Formats: sequence, C-alpha cells, structure tokens
Amino acid sequence: MTINNTKTTNNFRKHLPVILKYCILIFTVLFILFPIVMVIFGALKTRGEFMTIPYIPPIPPRWGNIKRVLTMSIFWYMLRNSLLVMIATTTGVLIVASLSAFVFSRMKFRGQNLLFNFFTLGLMFPVTVAILPIFLVVRQMGLTNNLIGVILVQTAFQLSISIVILRNFFMAIPSELQDAASIDGCSTLRFFWYILLPLARPSLAAVAALTMVTSWNDLLVPLVLIDKEKLWTLPLGTMQFQGQYGMDLSLVAAFLLLSAIPALIFYLFAERQIVSGLTAGALKA
Amino acid sequence: MKKKLFNKDVQILQQKSNFTWQLRDNMTIVLFLLPAFIFLSIFLVYPIFRSAHYSLFNWNGMGPAVDYIGLENFKRLFTDRIFIKAVQNGILIIVFSLAIQLPLAMGLALIVGRNIPGRAFFRAVFFMPYVLSEVITAVMWLILYNPNPSRGFLNAVINIIPFLEPQAWLADTKLVLPAIFVVLTWKYIGLHMLLYITGLQNIPKDIEEAALIDGVNNRQMVTYITIPLLAGTIKTSVYLSILGSLQVYALVWIMTRGGPVNASEVMSTYMYRYSFVRFELGYGSAVAILMLLISLTFSIIYLRLTRQTEYLA
Repeated sequence: MTINNTKTTNNFRKHLPVILKYCILIFTVLFILFPIVMVIFGALKTRGEFMTIPYIPPIPPRWGNIKRVLTMSIFWYMLRNSLLVMIATTTGVLIVASLSAFVFSRMKFRGQNLLFNFFTLGLMFPVTVAILPIFLVVRQMGLTNNLIGVILVQTAFQLSISIVILRNFFMAIPSELQDAASIDGCSTLRFFWYILLPLARPSLAAVAALTMVTSWNDLLVPLVLIDKEKLWTLPLGTMQFQGQYGMDLSLVAAFLLLSAIPALIFYLFAERQIVSGLTAGALKA
Repeated sequence: MKKKLFNKDVQILQQKSNFTWQLRDNMTIVLFLLPAFIFLSIFLVYPIFRSAHYSLFNWNGMGPAVDYIGLENFKRLFTDRIFIKAVQNGILIIVFSLAIQLPLAMGLALIVGRNIPGRAFFRAVFFMPYVLSEVITAVMWLILYNPNPSRGFLNAVINIIPFLEPQAWLADTKLVLPAIFVVLTWKYIGLHMLLYITGLQNIPKDIEEAALIDGVNNRQMVTYITIPLLAGTIKTSVYLSILGSLQVYALVWIMTRGGPVNASEVMSTYMYRYSFVRFELGYGSAVAILMLLISLTFSIIYLRLTRQTEYLA
C-alpha cells in the first residue's frame, strides 16, 4: 500500500519507505521540540521539583515562578526596551531601504552598479565582525547607554539585505505602470508613494518580519552599547538573569519561557512573511 | 510659417520639460539614496577605517591613541596560540556544518519535499528554533547539558544505557566543540532546510517527468537531476553557513565563554574578550580587522567563483 502511494506522487523517493521517512521526521521533531518542552516543564515546577523530577509533566502546574518573573519590574523594562528598539528599527529599515530600493529598481544613472555594490556591502560581513569598530564610533557620538544607538546600528546592518529584497520585488512591478502614471501627470514621488508602495506590500511585510526577528533576537549590539540595567533588552537581560539566578533552574526556565513567548506568537502569525523574507534575501543575494 | 513656429514652440517646450524632469529625477535619486548612504557610511565604512587605524596602536580605549606600534598587534596575533586555536575551531565548525548540517538539511528537505502529508507542520517545527534568540537557545541547552544526571537530560539518558558514563559535556575539552555544534545544528538546520525546499519548488516539474519517461531510477534522479538543479541553492546555503560560522558568538559566549582552557574559543569570542573584557582596544581592533578581511575576501572570492552558473531565478 505504501508503495502504491508513493509511486504516483513521490517518484524519485519511493525507495525510501514512507514509514522510514516518518520515523526520521518524528525523530527530528522530538529533537527540535525537546529543549522547548523541557523549559515549559521547568517553568511550571517548583525549584525542588525541577531538581528531583525534571522529566515528567508539571501536574499540577505551579505558577509561582511565572508570577515571580512577572512581578519583577526589570522584566517589564526589558520587554518595553525590546519592543521599542524593534519597532523603531523596523520603521527605519522600511523607510530608508524602500527609498534606495526604489531608485535602484526604477532609475538609470551613471555609477549605478558601483553604488549598488556599496549599498550591499553589509551582505559581505555580519555585525559580529564589525562590533568593535561600531562601539568606538557610537561611543564617539555619545550614544552609548542610549537605545537610539542600538536602533541606529541595527538599522544600518539590516539595510543591505532589505535593499536587495525590496529591489527585486520592485523590479517585478511592470514598468508600463510607471509609464502610464507619468503620462497621466503623476510625478515620480507620487508614483512611489501611491502606486509602488501599496503594490509592494507583501515584500514590505517580508522585510519587516525579517527585521523584527533579527532586532528582537540581537544580543551583541545591546551588550556592547548598553550598561544601564533599565535599558537592557530581553536577550541581554536573559543573559544577565541566567548569570544571576543560574542556580534556580526553574526560575530561569520561567524567564526563558516568558521571553520566548513573544517570539513564538509572532512566529505563529508571521511564519509566511519571515520565510519569504529569508528565502528572498538569501537566494537573491 | 505658422506651422513651423508651432513646431519650434513644441520643441522648446519639450526640451524644457525634459530638462525639469531630468533635474527632478536627479534630485529624487540623490534624496532617496542619501539616508541609506549616510547610515552605511557612518556605521559600516567609517568604523572600519577607524579600527584599521587603531589596530596600529597600543591603546586601552582611554584618551587618544598615541602609542604607535606599527604591525606589532598583528604579529602578536599570529603568534598567539589561543588565537590560532580560535581559527582552528572556526574551521572545524565550518567543516562540521558543511559535512553534517547541510546534508542533513537537504535530506530533510527531500523528505518533507513537496507533498508529504503534514508537510506544513514539519516545516513549521523545524524552522521554529530560528526565531528563538541565540541567548534563549544557549540557556536552554545549558540546562540540558547539565553534568548532573538528575538535572541534565542528556546524562539522564546516558545513565540508562549500559557501558556509557555521564559526561561533563561543556567542561570537557574534547566534547565541548561537538556539543556546541549540536546546538548550532538545532538552531540553524531549519533555515537551510527551508532554503532547499524553496530550491526544490523552483525545479520545473516537467524535467523530472521527462526523466521518468526516459526510465530514470530514483538514485539517478537525485544524483543527476535534483542535486545539479539545486546547485544554486547549495551555493547559497554553503555561503550562509560559512559566513554564519564566522559570526558564531552569543551561543559560545553564554555556554562556555570559550572555555574550558580555550577549547571552544572562536574568533569572535577572542575579539570580544580582548576588546570588552580586557579593554585592549588596539589589539582588539587588529583582531576585528583580520576578521573583516577574512569575511570580505571570502565573500568576494566566493561570489565571483559562483556567479557564472545561476540556476535560481
């Protein structure tokens, strides 16, 4: 029966029985989900339970750890800071990148290729590699211990990939549209704002989703630029929290869970956008 | 006469409007490109030049850099055993990634493929770790790797299996790098799988159908048709994997700080330690510049070499 199933559809993989395939897939699912499940279990247990019976489901669930984290004012500061940085960075990237992408996709001018190479310089090396030089410059600007510094750096390093993604999407919009608009007396600016951007909404969503994930998860930039506890973002705070409460594993688990929930919820709703942003960015770069 | 005049007028008018259009377009180009240009100049290009400058000094970050020592920092770098170890570890991570992680990802992509029931579910689960931060990932796995069998899951499992001893995963100089590699695989395999799935979807169905009609068997199909047609995706995935390996930082720093005795040191943790823990900013700059040069050279050469054949639209 299994052979019949695959013969018609999965032509070249029929030598691998379906059962074996599912075994591999289920094993991988367990491998992926296991750490996450352990954290959920841990978060809902008392410290003692987590030491003695860590692997059985938390029945009844203990909400003590969760409550304790939720009543820490520092947790709410971190959440606020992370949100602030993420929203500002995403807005900045969308505006700045779409302007450049528009020029590179719709206009011809001398030195275009050279300039485009310059604008995609950020694809050549990751932010980790440049973090020390960046720190020196931000310090010179007096923007350490200031979320604006984090926002500016994150924006700068997300620009190249976003410009590439948006340019490709913009190029796919037929140029007849622009000709028609310009015959009707529509200026370049108006065309950009009223016609192109609305049409490119899916690509803007993809870029936004990608930027949000990157910004939300970034550790290095805030780690290097921020000292003040009240300005910590969630990843930075999580790292410090684990250092401080490392012994109390169930409390750490509760903290992990609460800081992962926003990302997981976001993933649930924006999987398609994140995926399309990532694949477009990676495969076109 | 009248007609001629009219024509001339139109010509003048046209010229004028062309001129204003041109001007306005040039203005648009400059204005639209300016913001990104400023961002990139201030936060990408300028810092690199500053750093290149500082790499020639012995400088602790306080006051101006005055103690010029030429290429002394680089000399020290190339003779430092720990740095060489960090480079070796980086290469090892790259080799592991290319030899294990990518083939696994491709295998999964071939299985999840186009139309296995539950495809969306598997894809969503495999990709999930990618959206969790490296910090969360690292702390999660710290808990799993706990050497005490009653707390660390891995050792609990090993305890059940006869002849196997619980291990101090992250405190053992031989085990620490493979242990970190497992975490890297956990986090990034979904990304590569996703790239391969996208690549598979871009292969035109008729090619496979034609091959089937010609009596190609499964193995031939994969080796002679599917994988060659995935070449573009493979190149991308290799590129991302290598560039990603160069920037591994948070995972290693949180899980081991590069230890024990530098067994899991990578270039970025080395750079971080000298720059932000010991505040030898001149020396740190030299490390940063070297890392930049490696990334840039690799990127340029790799992209040059692979540009000729583009299968992906």
